[in-house]
Amino acid sequence: MSSFSVTEPSIQQKWIAGTLVIGYALITLLPLVWILATGFKSSPDSIAYPPKVTFQPSLEGYVNLFTTQMRQTPQYLAEHPPGTWYEEIVHNKGMVIAGPSRFGERFMNSVIIGFGSTFLSVFLGTLAAYAFSRYRIPLKDDLLFFILSTRMMPPIAVAIPIFLMFRSLGLSDTHLGMILLYTAVNLSLSVWLLKGFIDEIPREYEEAALIDGYTRFQAFYKVVLPQAATGIASTAIFCLIFSWNEYAFAVLLTSGTAQTAPPFIPTIIGVGGQDWPAVAAGATLFLVPVMVFTILLRKHLLRGITFGAVRK
Amino acid sequence: MSETVMDRVAKATPTRVARRIKGLSDRAIAWIFVAPTIFLLLAVNIFPLIWTIRLSFTNFKANRPNLDVKWIGLRNYERILTDSDIWITMQATAHFVFWTLFFEVLLGFALAWLINRKFRGNDLWTTIIVLPMMLSPAVVGNFWTFLYQPQIGLFNYAISFVTGIDPTSFSMIGDVALAPWSIVIVDTWMWTPFVMLICLAGLRSIPDTIYEAAECDRASAWRQFWTITVPMVLPFLMLAVLFRGIENFKMFDLVVQLTGGGPGSTTELTSINLKREAFEKWRTGYSSAYAIILFVTVFGLASIYVKALNKVKER
Amino acid sequence: MKTHHLWAATALTAATGLAATGARADDLTLCWAAWDPANALIELSKDFEQKTGNTMSFEFVPWPNFADRMLNELNSGGQLCDLMIGDSQWIGLGAEAGHYIKLNDFFEANGITMDDFIPATVTGYAEWPKGTPNYWALPAFGDVVGWTYRKDWFERPELQAEFKEKYGRDLTAPETLDELMEVAKFFQNREIDGKTVYGAAIYTERGSEGITMGVTNALYNYGFEYSNPEKPYDLEGFVNSPEAAKGLEFYKELYDCCTPPGSSDWYMSEDIDAYKSGQVALQMNFAFIWPGVNADPNVGGDKSGYFANPAGPNGHFAQLGGQGISVVSYTDSPEAALDYIKWFAQPEIQKKWWELGGYSALNAVVEDPGFATSQPYAQTFLDSMAIVKDFWAEPSYASLLLAMQDRVHKYVIAGEGTAQGALDGLVEDWNEVFEDEGKI
Repeated sequence: MSSFSVTEPSIQQKWIAGTLVIGYALITLLPLVWILATGFKSSPDSIAYPPKVTFQPSLEGYVNLFTTQMRQTPQYLAEHPPGTWYEEIVHNKGMVIAGPSRFGERFMNSVIIGFGSTFLSVFLGTLAAYAFSRYRIPLKDDLLFFILSTRMMPPIAVAIPIFLMFRSLGLSDTHLGMILLYTAVNLSLSVWLLKGFIDEIPREYEEAALIDGYTRFQAFYKVVLPQAATGIASTAIFCLIFSWNEYAFAVLLTSGTAQTAPPFIPTIIGVGGQDWPAVAAGATLFLVPVMVFTILLRKHLLRGITFGAVRK
Repeated sequence: MSETVMDRVAKATPTRVARRIKGLSDRAIAWIFVAPTIFLLLAVNIFPLIWTIRLSFTNFKANRPNLDVKWIGLRNYERILTDSDIWITMQATAHFVFWTLFFEVLLGFALAWLINRKFRGNDLWTTIIVLPMMLSPAVVGNFWTFLYQPQIGLFNYAISFVTGIDPTSFSMIGDVALAPWSIVIVDTWMWTPFVMLICLAGLRSIPDTIYEAAECDRASAWRQFWTITVPMVLPFLMLAVLFRGIENFKMFDLVVQLTGGGPGSTTELTSINLKREAFEKWRTGYSSAYAIILFVTVFGLASIYVKALNKVKER
Repeated sequence: MKTHHLWAATALTAATGLAATGARADDLTLCWAAWDPANALIELSKDFEQKTGNTMSFEFVPWPNFADRMLNELNSGGQLCDLMIGDSQWIGLGAEAGHYIKLNDFFEANGITMDDFIPATVTGYAEWPKGTPNYWALPAFGDVVGWTYRKDWFERPELQAEFKEKYGRDLTAPETLDELMEVAKFFQNREIDGKTVYGAAIYTERGSEGITMGVTNALYNYGFEYSNPEKPYDLEGFVNSPEAAKGLEFYKELYDCCTPPGSSDWYMSEDIDAYKSGQVALQMNFAFIWPGVNADPNVGGDKSGYFANPAGPNGHFAQLGGQGISVVSYTDSPEAALDYIKWFAQPEIQKKWWELGGYSALNAVVEDPGFATSQPYAQTFLDSMAIVKDFWAEPSYASLLLAMQDRVHKYVIAGEGTAQGALDGLVEDWNEVFEDEGKI
């Protein structure tokens, strides 16, 4: 982009545009800031009217998120003084900690299933993309279109037969089942994105390698892969974000063992009534990694979004 | 056009090379590379699709394995297409898809155009605007129910702050008239950035030389906008509409968390309706037929749209 | 149905070999809803762990997702739960689809008899088909819809005087539905201690079962019947009788006139919140919340009173809640799971269960002379349990329930159509379900 062209906007224009965009960005950020803040409010502060902007920070939400609690008699409470700061928070509400909550497990499930399926879909996707990019494959265009069209089905519609299939294969509520499923869903995107990236790598590199005595496979491994590394990384981020955020399949196909965080977080309730600070705390822990990722890797990510879309 | 020297080399050399170096043949490598993907997609997409078609002609109920399964022909399809409740659901979906597209295109294009004024720090602010679309719709949707609460919710309070309306006097997700808009607002908040990014790519693809030429012809800024900017960005915009259209037709997670389809069935989108039929009422055969109808609808609409898109591109 | 025989046999061997408890330590998972009683059950179960050496894990799901998640788990043949405290209406499905183990042989071998439990709970939680001695669960938690009211507000002299002047009677706990409406209207939008308060928090939730569990309390008492008492599955004129339509209109009027703004999708936890935060004078809710209300620092003790669902013009009933405990047939440790039920059925454990806040359904506990006065809500619980009526417990209960949720929510909350139209539509929906099932 030449910055000295006649089309360069004036300073004044830039100011107006900047103000408007920043204004929109701040409004759009507000709900996210509110999630963050609510996580550090005490229960009464979280449901105060009018909503409280300044408040005494409290870790109650986080304590509630990671523990299950039970009401006790004042007598019992007097006999069992709290030993730690988090026990004290619970104690002050007339309760005691009954044990850890399920949040840790659910979070780990998200990590395992997210990374497992991302690895698989990028691995398989790279191989397929390479083949589609470099070889003549019969019915290539049809296959590519077929791969893409698999994303048009509403997940709920796909879930009906998957549910039956998983039930008969014993894959319901297992990590393996969810990894395979998410891999399949991500593959279409991953093949399309990666094919685009690999198409951009000049073939001369491989040909040179072949003439140097590399096998085709070696050429792929030692020449193409390093060249495609950036593309593979940004594809991986997309796959990871999809698996991390997915809800429909997770809510239908998992329950106790392999449930991920998205179906779990909305079901966090305290003793009597939804415990908004705990929900916000859970949401914060779940969303913040993605936000940090997005900001740190913005160059690749933003390019990937438009690239993926515009290619097609 | 892409059939270049390179292609000819690729066609000629590798086979010879491959034969010389006793490795796998190209053909074998190609198939080994593609096979796992095709296999997985067949297993998780095509096989289930065929199964769904089969089930759609039966009265099968997945929660009652001991009942006899009867072949009932087209009865399920007949029932769905004559059921007035399904049409109400379709209307709710159409309302949702239309208005989200409307606002997202409007805001997305405006933002992209503003960002393309290249003010300082525009890429950082772009990233911040993009944040909502990266997040889990279910988790965020759930939290929005809190923001929408009368009295204690931030949204109602903000509206009352701006307009002076009493924040307890309206309930976004509880009111029949407001609920359809409550889901449009959240979806617009989440997905405007997507449209924006694609528009931005479109704007940046316009070579400066075109504007320079227009400048020489003394075309006004207004004229430049309508004769250069809009037509050049249109294919991109139409793509964005295609993607958002398909996604919102399938919409489930965000809305199920926000309103669950209520009040009454004012926000019961097709996916939510289908989920109730398939996984709460367990009418597996019936909902299989429903799924097929939806699939055909999306596929049909998308194909017509893609044809239109190609025409625009050709111009 | 082969598996049933197999499990029945296992149940028998398990029962006879019960003496050898602790021979093999199992890890049992018990599935239930996430609510106060569940936490009490964790506490209670420590005794079982100590005595048998088995360890207990718990999977508790919040009410709005409970049926959805747990039925999904059962229908997918999952092995997550060994023991299930499933909702009363699931019993038909649990029995007919083979999710639950039949317990008759086990009961017999261990001297457990259903005569020892409150009859309404045996019918409601354990039997399928209803009215036959086939047991698929042991009554675990008796529950019923009742009402909580702000006794401290009712006792204010100025309010009493104003109420008396307006309605010509004392401001006391209502005994009929009309009186309930008057009280609710009286409190709606009233300033109390500088805060605007509202009449009643009632069930309006749409996604799972909320509004049905609420509206039935009005329908039953106006004369709604599930079907012709003479002829099963004959709905026309019983479900949609003009009296039933009046009942539905009553509920809509109550919603329109006397509930807090924004309460269009409320169930147990939202009602509790509204009540505990001092927003409402009356609260409809299941009895399970009463121990929590009684212990609450803001509204507990003398500030709250309890009354059974008031009578209507054509009857006096209350919606049954509560659950029985069943052994899931996909479990790997049926013996240990049955051990748990055997342990749970013991009178001293049931007594302790009541003390911890669990509503025991054992006659020996509730008929104890000290029971009625043991807690301020104990008598109301007994009164309510005497008038219970339950929703369909058919294997297709979910379809029946969702149809009712849709029809009722559309009329009461969204204000579409008429009460008669809603119930006519309901008859249509239900007939379709029963036709599909081959029942009519």
